[in-house]
Amino acid sequence: MAHTLRTLYDKIWDAHVVERRDDGTCLIYIDRHLVHEVTSPQAFESLRAAGRKVRRPDLTLAVPDHNLPTTARRDAAGQRIPIADPESAQQLAALERNAPEFGIRLIGDADAEQGIVHVVGPEQGFSLPGATIVCGDSHTACHGGLGALAFGIGTSEVEHVLATQTLLLKQSKNMEVRVEGELGAGVTAKDVVLHICGVLGASGGTGYVIEYTGSAIRSLSLEGRLTVSNMAIEHGARAGLIAPDDTTFAYLKGRPFAPKGVDWDKAVAWWRSLATDAGAKFDKVVVIDAADIVPSVTWGTSPEDVVPITGVVPAPASFTDPSKQEAAQKSLDYMGLTPGQRMEDVEVQNVFIGSCTNSRIEDIRAAAAVVKGRKKAAGVRWAIVVPGSGLVKRQAEAEGLDRIFIDAGIEWREPGCSACLAMNPDKVPAGERCASTSNRNFVGRQGPGARTHLVSPAMAAAAAVTGKLTDVRKLTSA
Amino acid sequence: MESVQQVSGRAIPFGRKNVDTDVIIPAHWLKTITRDGLGRGAFETIRQDPANLFDSAEFKGSPILIAGDNFGCGSSREHAAWALLDLGITAVIAPSFSDIFSGNAFKNGILTVALPQEAIDRLMEVAQTDPVTIDLDSQTVTTPFQDRFTFEIDAFRKHCLLNGLDEVGLTLARGDQIAQYENKSAGETPWLATGVAA
Repeated sequence: MAHTLRTLYDKIWDAHVVERRDDGTCLIYIDRHLVHEVTSPQAFESLRAAGRKVRRPDLTLAVPDHNLPTTARRDAAGQRIPIADPESAQQLAALERNAPEFGIRLIGDADAEQGIVHVVGPEQGFSLPGATIVCGDSHTACHGGLGALAFGIGTSEVEHVLATQTLLLKQSKNMEVRVEGELGAGVTAKDVVLHICGVLGASGGTGYVIEYTGSAIRSLSLEGRLTVSNMAIEHGARAGLIAPDDTTFAYLKGRPFAPKGVDWDKAVAWWRSLATDAGAKFDKVVVIDAADIVPSVTWGTSPEDVVPITGVVPAPASFTDPSKQEAAQKSLDYMGLTPGQRMEDVEVQNVFIGSCTNSRIEDIRAAAAVVKGRKKAAGVRWAIVVPGSGLVKRQAEAEGLDRIFIDAGIEWREPGCSACLAMNPDKVPAGERCASTSNRNFVGRQGPGARTHLVSPAMAAAAAVTGKLTDVRKLTSA
Repeated sequence: MESVQQVSGRAIPFGRKNVDTDVIIPAHWLKTITRDGLGRGAFETIRQDPANLFDSAEFKGSPILIAGDNFGCGSSREHAAWALLDLGITAVIAPSFSDIFSGNAFKNGILTVALPQEAIDRLMEVAQTDPVTIDLDSQTVTTPFQDRFTFEIDAFRKHCLLNGLDEVGLTLARGDQIAQYENKSAGETPWLATGVAA
């Protein structure tokens, strides 16, 4: 039998089929399960009620991230500082109770390795190429930057994976988003994915798994690839994928849970074999010229509402779809913007540098490079940097990056999800704007009434020091 | 899961596209450790407007919601499905749904019915004054005016919904097949089988 040509996605899928039903539904094995405190309590409760166990606690890792305050967690005597919000405290306590009860390894709130699950997974080598990775969080797509098939699931599915280490799934369609060419100065992985969101729209990827290909994607660092894949869900894709290569292997080698010795060599050989076969068919192909991508910013309340920083707020009438016209008008009302307004004239009162999209060491370095020698603008009321993990924080401090922010009047915090979704005390006040390196500009996402502009870390840093959305290239050119 | 055959009643003509799960249930409502009581936070921002449809005398407690394209996009929070249920909504009709939301809805016995925009437009019109009926077995949406729209649904999901099957229980019964897979995988890709035990 002749081998059919397969994509990276097809190969990972095929390698994980436990059973295939006649209607195409497959029982898919899950190699890695990340658990956090928000979407797991009800799953553990159901297991308990039914007297069920966790099938593979050794393939499961629990890390609290969403609720944790980003202020100090231990006092000078090493005692835990109580969490003010009783509901947050209760949810964290539930994870701390459930993990040991079900035999699951927990990285706790004061451990050096604690951080956002999607930062911790790759950093610890828990997330690996070719693996199936799930978490009760839509930004699980992030791990696709390593070449893992990673996607978010709901709490019932969390329960299903805990109990069976599998999921019942139908294979999605294959889409290739190819970005060819060289990225211009000041253009980052975040700008690439924001641009893709603008091209595909918020639902353009629905029903697909997207493989990001092309020379511009290959040129990205591993951390940049995680940023791109992270936002696959913002164009509706089930997952994002980037083929593992030498950049991936160099990143993973020596990480705590990465394969070692003979296993490492076998793993690398297997990872290389996963690349999409030349001539394999994608159901849809979108080609983007890297030269078209400039530092980007969102103006509305959907990640598809993207314009170049050099652009203006669009008029609702400029959209052809009548329902988009109406949505755009609602967005402009919420955002307090008027059509034709220059994006560079928009003043911000808050800056958030963090989230699973942009809180790794390269992101912190990029922001620090812009802030260095400058001060937070007078109009910026609140600016915080929230590293993605304790290890990122420690690395940044070793490089002196924390001092750059602190000297500029920007706060340096403890790791967690923070103001990306404002479940902890870090919120943007109603009616105020935030230049944010996170992934969603939804209504109320950063707090009720908060107005979010999604940008790269360098652009967020530029906004912090100028007080306005700013083309970072103006600050970094010699 | 309880079995689902039919959902019939008034349908809220909401119509908005790209309704994200932060709109359905804002993040500050996610701090619960149970599935109950989330109806209070459902569509919180929209319901701050006293004239909103969800709390109107006409539509309060209606079992069906009609929305635009890409309903349930964004976060994976199953709280969105729990919030709809607590509000009394057991079916959503829209041109398309996010993959994660439709999975979560299914797990909670909420029907997600995808119909073309023309059908949605017609149902939005009917919903202003009259009820709508969704029948799962025949895969149809009907109105008192002889409208009849058929929809597609995954055969396995339909089977589970009609029979109220517990998916975890079904899969646990495949334990031997899962163990066989694990044995094979431990030989072929041992580094995947070790996890945090490495």
